[in-house]
Amino acid sequence: MVTKSLYQEVILDHNRKPRNYGKLDYASHHAVGHNPLCGDRLDITLQLENDQINNIAFEGESCAICKASASMMTAAVKGRSRLDAEILIHEFRELATGKLDIDHPHHLGRLTIFSGIRDLPTRVKCAILPWHTLQAALNSIDNASTENNDSAQAVSSKL
Amino acid sequence: MDSANISLKPEAFSDLDWEKIRADFPILKLKIDGKPLIYLDNAASSQMPQQVIDRLVRYQTTQHANINRAVHYLSEVATMEYHKARCKLQQFINAREDREIIFTSGTTDSINLVMHGYGRKFIKAGDEIILTTLEHHSNIVPWQMLANEKGAKIRVVPINDKGELEVDEYEKLFNERTKFVGLIHVSNALGTINPIKRMIDFAHQHGVPVLIDGAQAAPHIIVDVQALDCDFYAFSAHKLCGPTGVGILYGKAALLEAMQPFKGGGDMIASVSFEKTTYNTIPHKFEAGTPPIAAAIGFGAAIDYLMAIGIKSIAAYELALLDYATECLNEIPGVRIIGTAAEKTAVISFTIDGIHPHDIGTILNQDGIAVRTGHHCAQPVMQRFKVPATSRASFAFYNRKTEVDALIAGIKTVQKVFL
Repeated sequence: MVTKSLYQEVILDHNRKPRNYGKLDYASHHAVGHNPLCGDRLDITLQLENDQINNIAFEGESCAICKASASMMTAAVKGRSRLDAEILIHEFRELATGKLDIDHPHHLGRLTIFSGIRDLPTRVKCAILPWHTLQAALNSIDNASTENNDSAQAVSSKL
Repeated sequence: MDSANISLKPEAFSDLDWEKIRADFPILKLKIDGKPLIYLDNAASSQMPQQVIDRLVRYQTTQHANINRAVHYLSEVATMEYHKARCKLQQFINAREDREIIFTSGTTDSINLVMHGYGRKFIKAGDEIILTTLEHHSNIVPWQMLANEKGAKIRVVPINDKGELEVDEYEKLFNERTKFVGLIHVSNALGTINPIKRMIDFAHQHGVPVLIDGAQAAPHIIVDVQALDCDFYAFSAHKLCGPTGVGILYGKAALLEAMQPFKGGGDMIASVSFEKTTYNTIPHKFEAGTPPIAAAIGFGAAIDYLMAIGIKSIAAYELALLDYATECLNEIPGVRIIGTAAEKTAVISFTIDGIHPHDIGTILNQDGIAVRTGHHCAQPVMQRFKVPATSRASFAFYNRKTEVDALIAGIKTVQKVFL
């Protein structure tokens, strides 16, 4: 069953011990993400220098899926270029909405653990919120919501 | 006492064959991924018995036409059946007259009707509207819209740690500017049954009309609008084993007559010219356009079904389930029940330490258990208890004790996953 494969040890581990949890004192970019449907909130701070993400942190109130997604995301983009991060954001959204063929080349690595989320439409937004918020931060948009931009519409159309 | 019926002893329902009643609901035979469906989301929407499904099919196959219009046979039949449904609702809540029952699309529509029809006509700048912390968003947002439009003010009745209204505080909110009270009969998020009779009487001492949101009460408590003396009472069919898309607004005839129409269109007029329109009499003044005829007739059939079992028996059976479930949940370490009012319907909102409600809901779903997770369209209640969301199990008379056991086992599984 989907949910059994979704709540795997990796996800539970990142939920218990989230990586890069907290708030950077000196951040060049910052955004707060909301999922108004469930009240989840995510705060992302990052230091971008010469188009490279030198440091990133997140904090907030959310479910295990969202928290693990945020934790694994910060681990994946830390030290990477802005372009790499944007590729990952795109690929993760495609994965969560069931549009990515994971047999074809991609850069997601262990993040494919979230592939089962595509069968749980009501939970897709939980997994996507951190990525959404990261994109907003990179674009210097202070507030992101699962309900009001293109990728949110992509999620909604999937629902 | 508003809820005298819920203190009944178990004998009150023991002579009914509840397994036979359960068999009336075909959807309960469903399997979810091989597991039997355990439907504990009745406060969101209840399921429909075969009797109501059959009534809808019979209407659609042998009785359907538009109503209040043509002189042909089918139109006469449909008009009569629609009227009969209205009369069933009148009897169900003991309204004085059938014209006091207005078919709407549901509770939200009913409340919006009162806001537009009564509020926009009679509420002015500086006036105050009293609402409570327990209100569903549907009884908050329309009044905020009105307050913003008119420059009126919303005053809010607080709740205590058990999720009960602080009635003394309610009484202190009244002054000469108080012009309206909107009050939920039973909290959808917590199950609290509010002492509405006392609160209505108090408002009337100040000449203030009261709207009761009865969406969660009508399926579980005998509602007598004359005994309550409420000015408006609203509820939806789909929480009473009926179809979605229909509900009613009860209003005292004199008030409904004084109100302005909400929606304009066909059926709500007596005569129309481009110079002047004369509105129809109640209830038609508030039923513009073709109403949900089939759904209203299905609503009537659902009322027949529930009255045949008896709301008293239903309440007593559900209360026994609530007591059992509460006892079992209280025994699980880490589980906290939110809302422990002395008077409750069979709704249990709960949290589990360290586990987000959405994760609880997803893992319970894997055992075929349907609960609601989220803020239940009652964010002020969540804020009061300082939780972003809860999980909510809400029971109906077709639920079994063994389904409570399955919920308890499911919660233990959730805790194991997150250990």
